[in-house]
Parts: sequence; structure tokens; C-alpha cells
Amino acid sequence: MAVSEEKELIRVEGVSFQYDSIPVLEEVNLSISQGDFVAVLGPNGSGKTTLVKLILGLYRPTKGRVFLMGKPVDGFKDWCKIGYVPQKATHIDPFYPASVREVVAMALVSTRPGRSGKREEDMAVDLALERVGMAAFRDRPIGRLSGGQQQRVFIARAIVNSPELLFLDEPTAGVDAAMQGHFYEMLHQLNEQQRITIVLVTHDIGIVNKHVTKVACLSQRLVFHGTHVEFCQSEALKTMLESGHLVSHVH
Amino acid sequence: MEAFFGYGFFQRALLAGLFVAIACAILGLFLILRRDAMIGHGLAHVTFGGVALGLFLNIIPLGTALVVAILASLAILKLKDKAGLHGDTAIGIFSSVGLALGIALASLAGRFNADLLSYLFGDILAIDWLEVGLSTGLAAVVIVVILANYRSLMYLTFDQEAARASGVKTARLELLLAVLTSVTVVLGMKVVGILLVTALLVIPAAAGMLLATSFKQAILFSSLVAFFSIILGLLAAFTLDLPASATVVLTSFVLFVVFYLLRRKRRP
Repeated sequence: MAVSEEKELIRVEGVSFQYDSIPVLEEVNLSISQGDFVAVLGPNGSGKTTLVKLILGLYRPTKGRVFLMGKPVDGFKDWCKIGYVPQKATHIDPFYPASVREVVAMALVSTRPGRSGKREEDMAVDLALERVGMAAFRDRPIGRLSGGQQQRVFIARAIVNSPELLFLDEPTAGVDAAMQGHFYEMLHQLNEQQRITIVLVTHDIGIVNKHVTKVACLSQRLVFHGTHVEFCQSEALKTMLESGHLVSHVH
Repeated sequence: MEAFFGYGFFQRALLAGLFVAIACAILGLFLILRRDAMIGHGLAHVTFGGVALGLFLNIIPLGTALVVAILASLAILKLKDKAGLHGDTAIGIFSSVGLALGIALASLAGRFNADLLSYLFGDILAIDWLEVGLSTGLAAVVIVVILANYRSLMYLTFDQEAARASGVKTARLELLLAVLTSVTVVLGMKVVGILLVTALLVIPAAAGMLLATSFKQAILFSSLVAFFSIILGLLAAFTLDLPASATVVLTSFVLFVVFYLLRRKRRP
């Protein structure tokens, strides 16, 4: 398999996590390589969001270790190589006085000082907005955009540093069905053309068929990790569908 | 009106007032967006205890107030973080304790003296050049520190989780914000007094946000409201023979109403 020869960007080694003594994740081992487009699937409460937060160092594992681009996440410094769209990103204060441009430029905070001047920053912001089809909205207040438009802006913020690795946590929640198709197409292009590795947390197994290269299926433990072809023939998919925890939109 | 600007006390009040009010307005913007607007109110009560301590020990009250306010703001942060208390609960605890400490010390000193009252209600027209130097210097430091960390602070108030994932040291920034708030509250106390210092933190920033379509505009508009609140407020105090603290706050409220009406006109 060609992707497995690529550089390993994420390694999760025997990670367990408890929240107030309640186990959320147990003994998870996972490896994600450069160029992968990974869907992290699982029912509510299966630990999908927790896993992403552990990988990003937002939570500390109770047990085990996480490596980002070969370095322990605690000592990881190259945050400009990472893009992140959190769950419920669109649940923002509608009166927050920031323009679209300012929201995208926030992520440039991780750019090393002196590396980019004002002009380079403007160009990076414009390019990111163009990639998500939001260039015409650059001076609009963020609170006056629709949920789908805001989500595109948050993706632009996540890719403004031209990251190597992009995490998206339930990015289509609150986005209408027609927009979801465009949205996944855009992610596919970022993965194919920009070679951005994507980790996508979702309920929607419909996306698995079309765009992703790998699937990680969680139910407190990692119950499946493999290619989408393997996933489609797996017991894990059957169990998940029978349990009714997953949504399947036809794309 | 020009005659007012010729008076030394008026010049001192104007200079200190402008610097402090603009620092309050810019900082207030971040506090409002973090839904932490009432921390100013809480720290002002704590500051009362600090001022009483200074008067009781015969040390410069501005200094003791500053130390007590910084310690309280750090304790509020710790309590929020470690005890899992909501911010308003932690603020409620420390503001009451600060006020109680002030009352106890004033009682121990045997008098509720005029000095303490001047801190409660503000007395900017009586400010001396040393206090002007201290206030403008510290306010300038607050403004520079905020502007230097402008993007990180904005990211923190907009989306704390995404900010952390972008490498922003959010815990360090929260600490910085707490210390800056303590310094600003103590400075604001000299301008409008402990009881009205929240107004300087909240009203100009809230007014600025009403019309702004970007963060830069919000900073600019908030600063302008603070600027005109001080100038017009001081002139009103002088011409109407009213306490400056009251006229400054009332002027800022009038400007808030003007901004609100302009917003309604723009977006019916």
C-alpha cells in the first residue's frame, strides 16, 4: 500500500484517558501517515473528539504516549504545521467584532516572528480564503455569515499557514446537505492537490466511500483501523450500522 | 472653555484621565468578549481592602491596592482552575472578602477617613504630578502590552481551544490579562473611584462594539468613546460643579446611547 511508505505524522501508543475516573479511551494505538485522509468514526461518547484533543496536546493521556511529526506532543513546537477546526466552531458569539480577514489571520499567531510581514500575511489570508471560495467576504463581520460560510472561514483559518496536517471535528454539523457535498469535495482537493493530511471526525459514513483513504473506528477502544475498502467489508461497519449510531448520507 | 485647559489641576486630570480611560477601554474589550466584564467590579472591591490596608499601615495606598488586586486576581484564576468554580463565583468570594477587609481595617484605624472616601468616589481633580506620572506610565505600559499581544488575546477570546492548538500559551495569557486588569482597576480607581471603575472598563468597550465591523474598529471606537468621556466629563464637572467621576461615567453612557441609536439606524 503506497500510503504506508509515507512519513508517519501521528503515532498514538497505548493511550488511555479518563475523565473524572470515567474511562473515555482505552489502549488506543494508531498511526497516521503523510497524505492520508482519515475518517475517525464512532457513536456519540465513543471518544472521537477526545482522541483528537489528545493528539493536539489539549488533553494529557492518563496512560500512553502521543507523537506528532516524530516528537512527543508535550514538546511539540511547530504548531504552524497543524490546522484545527474544533467541534461547534460555528457556535461563536454573533456579536464578536471581527472581520473574516481578522479571524483567518488569528492562526498566523503561530508563524515565527519576522518570517512574515504584513504584505505576506495579507497574501496568505487572501489565498486561504480563495481556496475555500470566501475571498469576496474578507471584510464582512464573521457574525453576519451563515453557518456554512463560517465553517469555510474556519477551514481557511486552519489552512492559512499551509499546514501539513489538518484536523476537523464534525465540520458539517449545522451545514445543509447541499453544502456538505461541496465541503467534502473541497477537503478532497486539499488532500489531493495540496497534499494536506486530513483527520476528520464524523458521524457520516457516507463520506467514507468517496474521499477517505483510511478509517479509524472508535468505541472507547479502536475497533477498526484500515483502508476504506477493508472497512466496507468489515464487521465493524455492520455493527455500527446495526446499532444505529452512525448516519449514512449518499454522496 | 479654553480657560479650563490653562489650569494645572485640569491639565493633570486630563492627562491621567485620558491615558487611564483608553487603557481601560482597550482592556475592557477583551474582558467583555471573555464574558469577564464583572471582574473589574470584583477587583475594585478587593482594591478597597488594599487601599484601607495602605492607609492603615501608612504606606502609599496605590501600592498596597496594586499588590492586593494582583494577588486577588491570581487567586481568582487559581480558584476557577483548580476548584472548578465559575468565574463569577470566584469573583463574588474575593470581592466580598476585599470589602470586608477594608471595612475591618477602617474600623481598626478608628475612623472611616476622608482619604478612603476619595478612593471610593474618585478625586481626579486633586491628582498630583507624581500620581499623573505613575498613572500615565502604567497605563501606557498596559496599552503597549495589550497591543503587542493583540492577536493572541483576540484568538484567546474568540476560540480558546483553537488558539491552544495553534500554539498560543493560553494559561500564560490569562495570567497576563489578570495582572493587566488589576493594574488598570487600580489606575481607574484614581479617575472615577472604586465604585465606578467598572464603568470605564465596560461602557466605552461596549459602545465601540456596537458599531465596529472589525476588531481594529472596535479598539478605535472604544478608545474614542473613552477619550471624549474624559474631556466632556471633566468639562461638565467643572462647569456644573459636579464630581468628575459622575460626569465622566454619565458622559460615557450618553455616548453609548448615541452609538446604540446609530447602530439601530444602520441596521433597523
